[in-house]
Amino acid sequence: MGTTLDVRVKRAGKVYRDGEVLSGVVVITSKDTVQHQGISLTMEGSVNLQLSAKNVGVFEAFCNTAKPIQIINSTIEMVKPGKLPSGKTEIPFEFPLQMKGNKVLYETYHGVFVNIQYTLRCDMRRSLLAKDLTKTCEFIVHSLSQKGKLLPSPVDFTITPETLQNVKERASLPKFLIRGHLNSTNCVITQPLTGELVVESAEAAVRSIELQLVRVETCGCAEGYARDATEIQNIQIADGDVCRGLPIPIHMVFPRLFTCPTLETTNFKVEFEVNIVVLLHDDHLITENFPLKLCRM
Amino acid sequence: SYFLRHARARNYVSESEMCKLESVPLDFGDYHPLKPITVTESKTKKMTRKGSTSSTSSSSSSSMMDPLSSVLDGTDPLSLFAAAADPVTTASPTDGARRKRDKDESSAVGSDFEPWSSKRGEILARYTTTEKLSINLYMGSEKGKATTTGSAVSEKVRTRLEELDDLEEGSQKELLNLTQQDYMNRIEELNQSLKDAWSSDQKVKALKIVIQCSKLLSDTTVIQFYPSKFVLITDILDTFGKLVYERILSMCVDNRVSLPDNFSPESVNDTAKETCLNWFFKIASIRELIPRFYVEAAILKCNKFLSKTGISECLPRLTSMIRGIGDPLVAVYARAYLCRVGMEVAPQLKESLNKNFFDFLLTFKQIHGDTVQNQLVVQCVEIPLYLTLYSPAIDWILQCIAYHAPDVLLTEMMERCKKLGNNALLLNSVMSAFRAEFIAARSMDFIAMIKECDESGFPKHLLFRSLGLNLALADPPENDRLQILNEAWKVITKLKNPQDYINCAEVWVEYTCRHFTKREVNTVLADVIKHMTPDRAFEDAYPQLQSIIQKVITYIYDFALLFSVEKFLPFLDMFQKESVRVEVCKCIMESFIKHQQEPTKDPVILNALLHICKTMHDSVNALTLEDEKRTLATLINGFIKMVSFGRDFEQQLSFYVEARSMFCNLEPVLVQLIHSVNQLAMETRRVMKGNHSRKTAAFVRACVAFCFITIPSLSSIFTRLNLYLHSGQVALANQCLSQADAFFKAAVSLVPEVPKMISVDGKMRPSDAFLLEFLCNFFSTLLVVPDHPEQGVLFLVRGLLNVIQDYTWEDNSDDKVRIYTNVLHLLSAMTQEAFIYHVDKVDSNDTLYGGDSKFLAEINKLSETVVSQILDHLKNLGKEESLKRQSQLAHYFFNTILAHGDLRNNRLNQLSVNLWNLAQKHGFADTKTMVKTLEYIKRRSKQPEMSHFTDLALRLPLQSRT
Repeated sequence: MGTTLDVRVKRAGKVYRDGEVLSGVVVITSKDTVQHQGISLTMEGSVNLQLSAKNVGVFEAFCNTAKPIQIINSTIEMVKPGKLPSGKTEIPFEFPLQMKGNKVLYETYHGVFVNIQYTLRCDMRRSLLAKDLTKTCEFIVHSLSQKGKLLPSPVDFTITPETLQNVKERASLPKFLIRGHLNSTNCVITQPLTGELVVESAEAAVRSIELQLVRVETCGCAEGYARDATEIQNIQIADGDVCRGLPIPIHMVFPRLFTCPTLETTNFKVEFEVNIVVLLHDDHLITENFPLKLCRM
Repeated sequence: SYFLRHARARNYVSESEMCKLESVPLDFGDYHPLKPITVTESKTKKMTRKGSTSSTSSSSSSSMMDPLSSVLDGTDPLSLFAAAADPVTTASPTDGARRKRDKDESSAVGSDFEPWSSKRGEILARYTTTEKLSINLYMGSEKGKATTTGSAVSEKVRTRLEELDDLEEGSQKELLNLTQQDYMNRIEELNQSLKDAWSSDQKVKALKIVIQCSKLLSDTTVIQFYPSKFVLITDILDTFGKLVYERILSMCVDNRVSLPDNFSPESVNDTAKETCLNWFFKIASIRELIPRFYVEAAILKCNKFLSKTGISECLPRLTSMIRGIGDPLVAVYARAYLCRVGMEVAPQLKESLNKNFFDFLLTFKQIHGDTVQNQLVVQCVEIPLYLTLYSPAIDWILQCIAYHAPDVLLTEMMERCKKLGNNALLLNSVMSAFRAEFIAARSMDFIAMIKECDESGFPKHLLFRSLGLNLALADPPENDRLQILNEAWKVITKLKNPQDYINCAEVWVEYTCRHFTKREVNTVLADVIKHMTPDRAFEDAYPQLQSIIQKVITYIYDFALLFSVEKFLPFLDMFQKESVRVEVCKCIMESFIKHQQEPTKDPVILNALLHICKTMHDSVNALTLEDEKRTLATLINGFIKMVSFGRDFEQQLSFYVEARSMFCNLEPVLVQLIHSVNQLAMETRRVMKGNHSRKTAAFVRACVAFCFITIPSLSSIFTRLNLYLHSGQVALANQCLSQADAFFKAAVSLVPEVPKMISVDGKMRPSDAFLLEFLCNFFSTLLVVPDHPEQGVLFLVRGLLNVIQDYTWEDNSDDKVRIYTNVLHLLSAMTQEAFIYHVDKVDSNDTLYGGDSKFLAEINKLSETVVSQILDHLKNLGKEESLKRQSQLAHYFFNTILAHGDLRNNRLNQLSVNLWNLAQKHGFADTKTMVKTLEYIKRRSKQPEMSHFTDLALRLPLQSRT
């Protein structure tokens, strides 16, 4: 290999917040001296909206709004055209992460229809004979702590055949009583979702109880919108026919990158929900849905 | 040429006077090598710090440095290590207390905690199956999920996922129909591939392997194998936990300084923390409960990198997470694993241990629930067997709880168990996990509980067994002891199944032997015999029966007492398989040899032990290994040596005769018997102070006859030769002249049969060195053997010389000539007026012939023959390749003449000069030796009557090598 280009940010977790300074080094390694037409560094942040297949036909007008929304874009020239010595060259940089005006720096989020991503791109332009070199490096943006104290909003729930909706033959259902609570549906994103669940009684054997974390992504504008719910992760909290009357802990860690504080903008929305799914032995599937509000503290 | 040999006349008494070391009056003030070491300065400490190099400096100081004591003050690697390993002792007293507290909190559990590793093997051996097992490994199991999330996944992510799947495609497999051994091999392979994946930096693959492995733990088909499966798979998890921990630890190395053992999270750098967090996030997103639990538990220790309280927060959470596991067996093993990890990482967090046990009690009713029962029906597993599967896990949990726990807690645990219907399963685990002292002190309570407990399928005999195991380790209160035994044995004796019975009885025998007399032991043994004899039930219980014997002989090692236990020998009769019987006999004999202090003549002991020894002896056949024979012979010899009838020598001899007829197949025993009988003869002589009466003379002759007829039955030729010689000496000492002659004649006639090679320790070795040694020894004895009146002069010496002459020696060996030279020593000793040594009350040839000239002439004739033989041989060595040997032999012969010859005789004098020259002729002589020899001659010449040595010295030129 001839010349390699690498961008390294200082923090191991690559996590930065609004107002902080992004610092790091660009590392160039080469056996020979490198002739170049200048090295520049670009910071980019954008929201990518994608339309789910089923909606495209209906909302053709969307094509326009589905263009990436730029959040931040700035470039600095690091080195003027010239030569770099052979071996390893490290060029340090500092980049202030600051929004102009009252624009908001959204948190990094990787979803299905909505993607918010921040990258640092280093370009080394070279003469005609050699190819330009480019290296990108993703960094992660966490939004600032929300002001005010988060009020816990505990939820108690009881699930019986009677409380279920969408049941075809209520009579054929086995009898069961499941009780429980979530400690709060207002969640701090760095803290796990917690609660308890008790299978008080169930005629049929329990096969599995799962927590399904779901994201609800809405893309749209004045003309209309598309709303899609997809699973992020599924965590089993009970396996097999659990002991009756014994509280089982509900505990789920929110995955990084795939979750962000609940987000509502004019163009898109990212919300989260959790489903408690109880699977009985005769293939009955019972689901209880809880909308969540995530925030960063 | 033909020389007349003249022996130098010797005065042995004056010579020995002269040769004695000069005695020097001892001056106690001076340095003396044997003087006890007195340390006059205490410099040693300082010097020894420098280690071994200090030896030179120490010699200059007035205090002697004892190399052993220097080892003892801490410079040797072991004590240094010990000092370093114990920070408490090195710490200054002020922070000593704090350190100690730290240590108590953070360090691993002490050595009194029975570690998991010791349980491992037991579980693997106990929970086995003959059924077929299967392993399901879907390395790419996430594939289905990834594609269902659908078309919307960005192209990049999808290709990446596919790449991952491709990587693992080969490892998607389901293995069916595995035998237990196959299964274990597979698991071991997985363990290996985990290590491989890790070392080749495929961390994701490593994690996948671990997840798949822990998934196997949710599978309860072939339930009787589950405990073993748990052991195997948690081994892998342990490996994984260690790998992750070490990797993160290695990331913390700053400037090549690694973290101390007791690091705080603040000193961990960000990269390490981030990596650690990554692991936890990855594991938190594992879909299934059981793998998520196990993998997180496996890396529990890594919480140390993140926060001080991490582990103490995690343990309760993991504990309650187990509540989600529906299958009670899977859940209890998960708890056992958590306790195991918890004990290792944070033994001070007792709360979680207790919580685990209480949670288990809460779910206890599930065991009798429908789900479990249905499963057992499908798998055709009986409830009693199923319940025993819980034991290792519950035992372990309780052991962790009971470790250094106050009695109050244990009592509380017991009460809780009692409340739960006083369940047998729990009771059993309580007994196997809690301190033996605790159990023993409450033995009567436990017996009551066992009696009234709800069996619910758990075998009761196991409960008694567990109780017995505790009582073997700790003593119950004095007053209860007999009652305990009675109560327990009442139940045990009613057990119908011989296996169940013997497993219990085996344990309780120890208790009985420990606290009771032979009467109770006898009763117990009788009961065992009664139970094990019908239908030859003992055949399936040899190990247990053997262990019973072992316990009995450990506690009753007074053999008089042991054999007065009437049922002991009948008990031995149950060992009908020969190999086992011999093993048992060996144990008994070992114990006898170890414990018997005094020789015995107790007929009960003798009869019993003879019987036992006979059993051992009779097991020897053509296929018995040499080692085995040796062991048996050693044991029997040990017994023979311990038998003594005191002054009743005849009884003793007849015992030896009986022993000979019994142990005729073991040569070492016969050899021992011959030695014993010889010793007996000498003992008789000692008692009679050398003057045998008619009766004792006859007895001694009987002893000699015993030896004479026993020796030919031995196979080793050197053993026979040496024993002939030895016995001949004994016969001579007891004035049995003709018998002694017979021994010596036998030895002489045996010499031609000595093979060139003999087997020594299984290797073939040339025999010449042994033969040479024996012959020298033999000749020395022959000096004092008087000539037989009817045979010619020096009959035996001549006979032996003839044999030596005819013996086929190695072609290029000088042994024959060396012997001849040695014979010259003998012959010159024989010409002396009084021999150098005598046998008490035996007239040797010096007295018989009184220096008769005919006798001397005979000796001279013999000498001449021998000398001419030697000279012939020397001449034959004149060839190029044998010149070195010639030089050596000539020098040897020269020395002989110098020591024994009368050099005033001119011809002898000339001969010695010739030999001297011959030795140096070809430059093979060792100059140093020659110089020394010459110095010796010169020194001797200064002694009275040795003036002719001066002449001789002048005639002996020294040849320089150049």
